[in-house]
Amino acid sequence: MAQAPASNAELEEVARRVRRNIVRMTHAAKSGHPGGSLSSVEILTALYFRVMRHDPENPTWPDRDRFVMSKGHATPLLYATLHEAGYIDEADLLTFRGLGSKLQGHTVMGKPPGVEMSAGALGMGLSFSLGAALAGRLDGRDYHVYCLLSDGDSQEGQTWEAAMAAAHHSAGNLTAIIDRNHIQNDGYSDYQRFEGDGDPPDRPGGWVLPDGHTANIMNLEPFDEKWRAFGWDTRRIKGHDFDAITAALQEAREDNGQPAAIICETTKGKGVSYMENNPDFHGKAPDDEQLAQALRELGFED
Amino acid sequence: MVQTAADKATREVFGPTLAKLCREGLDIVCVDADLGYSTSAVKFGQEFPERFFAVGVAEQNMIGVAAGLASCGKVAFCSSFAVFAPGHCFDQLRMAVAQPGTNVKLFASHAGVVTGEDGASAEALEDLALMLSMPTFNVLFPADAVECEQAIEAAARTDGPFYIRAMRPKTPIIFDESYRFELGVWPVLREGKDVTLIACGELVKAALDAAEALSGQGVEARVLNASSLRPFDKDALLAAARETGAIVTAEDHFIHGGLGGLVAAALAAAAPTPVDFVGMERYGTSGTWKQLLEHFDLTPEAITRAAGNAVSRKSRSA
Repeated sequence: MAQAPASNAELEEVARRVRRNIVRMTHAAKSGHPGGSLSSVEILTALYFRVMRHDPENPTWPDRDRFVMSKGHATPLLYATLHEAGYIDEADLLTFRGLGSKLQGHTVMGKPPGVEMSAGALGMGLSFSLGAALAGRLDGRDYHVYCLLSDGDSQEGQTWEAAMAAAHHSAGNLTAIIDRNHIQNDGYSDYQRFEGDGDPPDRPGGWVLPDGHTANIMNLEPFDEKWRAFGWDTRRIKGHDFDAITAALQEAREDNGQPAAIICETTKGKGVSYMENNPDFHGKAPDDEQLAQALRELGFED
Repeated sequence: MVQTAADKATREVFGPTLAKLCREGLDIVCVDADLGYSTSAVKFGQEFPERFFAVGVAEQNMIGVAAGLASCGKVAFCSSFAVFAPGHCFDQLRMAVAQPGTNVKLFASHAGVVTGEDGASAEALEDLALMLSMPTFNVLFPADAVECEQAIEAAARTDGPFYIRAMRPKTPIIFDESYRFELGVWPVLREGKDVTLIACGELVKAALDAAEALSGQGVEARVLNASSLRPFDKDALLAAARETGAIVTAEDHFIHGGLGGLVAAALAAAAPTPVDFVGMERYGTSGTWKQLLEHFDLTPEAITRAAGNAVSRKSRSA
């Protein structure tokens, strides 16, 4: 499906509406994962409205580009984006996580059409994406497969099994996008987010901070070097900058015989002040007052 | 059912059968985790190299890649040893295959204590329990190489998740080419009215031998081949309970979670019947496969004794 190229201003409007629905959906469900949804908004907006070849009227089109969300808890983001792209009706959004809803708490393959893979247990998306990429090459189709991973995904061994295999199979039609927001369920992935970019503290391993969050859960750095060592064409970009995201995705689309990794430096909870860089909102919904504040900050009355 | 052919391992037919089906036009691919020589997957890879994907010793990735291939319309087979798949990759089988119902077929060899000399760590005795725990998986354990070839073809031609359990040693061929495997059917291999012996895998042959011995003692045993563990043949099971009044199950797997557990649960709900169980109840060890069958009491004699127990309980309750 041909797409009119969207301007940055148009993308910013889509992103703002997606953020609104992320907080509305989690508020209505009284549960869900707003933090890691808000951190990837620009990535998905750029994919669905500028980069990917897809057709909401024909979600199983064999030649479509695939978007596989390995971080399966970021359903508010995926459903809100699929709504903007024409796959999901607005009325369904606020049924999120309820009995009988089309929109389960974690992704379910094909429910609704447009969701490529079941996820929720981390670490599985890149393997699935590689399988789809290999099938495309076998069938002579020129689609591209995009897989979105999280910090936590990058700690699962299976991700690195898949990383090794993708380079081994020269899967140039595969791109891994890592939402590197440095925060996960229990706290901070690495020490930088709360101690700055200086030298690592003089203590090994992870530890618990006075507020109960765990610090330095599993340091992924040097992250670029890991992906490069596994054979991936790797770059690190600012993950909320549409120009940077677009350029990286378009470069990655060139099949140079190497899979591409785009590490996106992002802010967890981006766009809602009290959620930004706050591990508490990895898996917690805003209450009534917090919803009102979030909507005000995003420029909406409701 | 005349034994004429030479002994053959069920794993030997995997790759050749995939190649045959691919030649016939099925859109088959095969993902391999460095055991393709042992599972015979390489026989497929030699003929269809572009459809054979080696992923190294990485069973979790193998299942994920297979699910991705299946999502694009492929009949996605993969193979390993049963201790590694499902052993290493239950979560991947659950979320990427069982829940969405992707068209992935796992062929797992080296199942059971008959794996032999490699010892306890190599002898999968829990794999059927893992696979039967997921309601969308079809679970097959063919009795010989003839049946195994047909089971692979049924899996390839039926959409959805399949698990096929296979064995390392060359075991006797008990079926001739007229045998027809059918999904969800437990064929009657021998008629009898006094007790029913329900077996799977290599113990089907042991059950047939036990029935012969029982006949000499004046006990006529029916023998059912429970190669299709899911779907299982509830009609055949309930008919056996009704018509023979006593049941014995026999399997090279832990009884709990395997064929014994399946039969006991089905009978408890629909037709309480005396049942006795032949199977594994502790971990294995090293030895030749024939020694191990003797050592762990997976023999015609054990099945004959179990039949006596079941029949004696029948007469007490009558």
